[in-house]
Amino acid sequence: MRQIHDIHGGIHPPERKALSRPGELEPAPLPPVLVLPLRQHLGVPALPIVNVGDRVLGGQTIAEAQGVMSVPVHAPTSGTVTAIEARSIAHASGLQDQCIVIETDGQHEWLSFTGITEWRALDAAALVEHVRAAGVAGMGGAGFPTAVKLNPGPTRPIETLLVNGTECEPYITADDTLMQCQADELIEGAQILAHIVSAESILIGIEDNKPDAIASVEAAIARSGAEIELATFPTKYPSGGEKQIIEILTGHQVPSGGIPADIGLVCVNPGTAVAAKRAIIDGVPLTHRIVTLTGEALASPQNVTACLGTPITALLTHAGLNAAPQQRIIHGGPMMGFAVSDLNAPITKITNCLLAPTPTELPLPEPAKPCIRCGHCAEACPASLLPQQLYWYARAKDQEQLAEHRLFDCIECGACAYVCPSQIPLVQYYRAAKGQIRDSEQEKRRSDNSRERFEARQVRLETEAAEREAKRAARKAAAQSKAAEDGADPIQAAIERAKARKAEQASEPEQTP
Amino acid sequence: MLALLSDQPLLAALSALLGLGAIFGALLGFAAIRFRVEGNPISDQINAILPQTQCGQCGYPGCRPYSEAIADGDAINKCPPGGEETIQALADLLDVEPQPLDAEHGIEKEPVVAWIREDECIGCTKCIQACPVDAILGAAKVMHTVIADECTGCDLCIEPCPVDCIDLIPRKEGIGFWHWPLPEDRAPRFDIIATDTLARDAA
Ligand code: SF4
Ligand code: SF4
Ligand code: SF4
Ligand code: SF4
Repeated sequence: MRQIHDIHGGIHPPERKALSRPGELEPAPLPPVLVLPLRQHLGVPALPIVNVGDRVLGGQTIAEAQGVMSVPVHAPTSGTVTAIEARSIAHASGLQDQCIVIETDGQHEWLSFTGITEWRALDAAALVEHVRAAGVAGMGGAGFPTAVKLNPGPTRPIETLLVNGTECEPYITADDTLMQCQADELIEGAQILAHIVSAESILIGIEDNKPDAIASVEAAIARSGAEIELATFPTKYPSGGEKQIIEILTGHQVPSGGIPADIGLVCVNPGTAVAAKRAIIDGVPLTHRIVTLTGEALASPQNVTACLGTPITALLTHAGLNAAPQQRIIHGGPMMGFAVSDLNAPITKITNCLLAPTPTELPLPEPAKPCIRCGHCAEACPASLLPQQLYWYARAKDQEQLAEHRLFDCIECGACAYVCPSQIPLVQYYRAAKGQIRDSEQEKRRSDNSRERFEARQVRLETEAAEREAKRAARKAAAQSKAAEDGADPIQAAIERAKARKAEQASEPEQTP
Repeated sequence: MLALLSDQPLLAALSALLGLGAIFGALLGFAAIRFRVEGNPISDQINAILPQTQCGQCGYPGCRPYSEAIADGDAINKCPPGGEETIQALADLLDVEPQPLDAEHGIEKEPVVAWIREDECIGCTKCIQACPVDAILGAAKVMHTVIADECTGCDLCIEPCPVDCIDLIPRKEGIGFWHWPLPEDRAPRFDIIATDTLARDAA
């Protein structure tokens, strides 16, 4: 039995998971139009390789990855490309971003794919290439390109592949459902990923509030005959943070500013493992995902498998949205999600949950009151930070102190804000402060570059001026030495030439009548 | 000599102090020569803070001359591209009170880059000569183009262009540049989730 460690802080918000009936999974209806953002992942947007008017088939690559930190996009079904333009997307900013719009034709015509059953015979690089081409990005919420994660580099040997089945945020049951309905694929995917990173062991961690998922994964492990360890641990928010689950299961801490690979782990979401299995064994790209539709404003909360690019409003209508005036729709969960401003925005690879709460279920926040320095936030923080200090420094925009107090170790879990009796939107302060710091770092790099270029130009101008000066001096010296040879004064000669010309000009008008 | 010193403790203390003073003085003098810092370190530090737009709005021909002027006591609030943030950083460095930006030199604007409408460019090379950071590529009589990553948006190439084919366009537009604003910088909070009064005792 593995020893389970406790993490600092944490909270126990109402779970509300039964609402969406985890374990039951239905396909969502195919919408008439799919809107596929070119950036559904963390990094550089993909580059469209289709034109407006093209007919596309299911599984066809419609946008290619641009560089390493990028992920391609595939058509989730057959249809016609009707636009490539900026559309509303599900983003906290409410801004638009470039999307490929496909009018579906309902024919479900797909490209044919060949998978690789003998994947153990292939080397890591070839398999990673397949994962990259299948458009797999972390499906837990951040959307980190999986192919990059599978490449920790030779300096970081990997011991353990960790599948993070915690899903600790209230309401969300997408991973729970996936572990119940697709456990065999999950186990296969985990084995493939472990092979890719040359991990010796596979560890699956699930919180103990999901007995059905635990039973189903246990059975799948037994069926596979593989040596895979399943660990369960007590429910607490946010145990599912990457650094938190690693500490819970191994007792080791990922160093500040480091990644799990620094201590020999690669940590993936169960959805990512299933997507990797499908990419390799079936050869199928990532075009669908499981989304939890939940909240008391829905007549039938549920989990669905939906095409990426399905408009949020289509899914909510499917689940029977009974919208109140000023209905809020939250993308993600109640702790870390954000409100969507335009319901025509589509779901993407990172959409694990759409939450439609009634106003009594999740009331709008009251105005923040002043901090009373109660210290509850510090008790709740799973990263052992001092949220109250960070709050003051974020307001003062004191970047030095923010760095000193390890702002970048904050996982934005919202535990501090949840317990704050003054209802201060602490996490938003941290997000803003992080954004400002990244911004200033970028500006600093830019200005350093400009300084170099400016100085290089100054040097160039000076050398050019010096060269011109040298040439002029050389010409003058040459002329002088020539004059000395001729024995005549060059200036005198020039004056005489000028005089002669003048005399000529003066005589000219007389010649013309 | 030694006997004389041991008889006169006052003299002994004095001469010891003098001796120490001489030794350390020599050491310091040596260090000052041996470890001399090139240039004026304060103006270098100031220059490292200035935004390097090289636009001349401060009234000096570039950021370095202004940094030297500040080191010699000029006001710290003359650089519009740097804005409040730069003034704050300068105030911290020099340990003086920050002042609001001197509007006489301009106001803080969103960062921009130059963009040449290439089909209108006549290839006169005038903008190349004006650009302080060599951000424009081109040669006589061929179309010119701006390297957006290098352009500081200083605006110096706009005026010399005889056919007015250079525009300044916003540099930080789109979702890639967005980040959360501080709560106090924005209107009513409708979109912060983690802080909602979650029905804590419901369920
Ligand atoms: S919980 Fe809120 S009120 Fe209490 S110290 Fe933290 S920020 Fe201040
Ligand atoms: S949001 Fe950040 S500061 Fe607040 S509890 Fe979570 S990790 Fe700690
Ligand atoms: S005003 Fe322009 S030239 Fe002067 S310091 Fe600021 S950026 Fe540099
Ligand atoms: S291209 Fe124009 S605006 Fe940009 S740095 Fe050069 S002169 Fe300034």
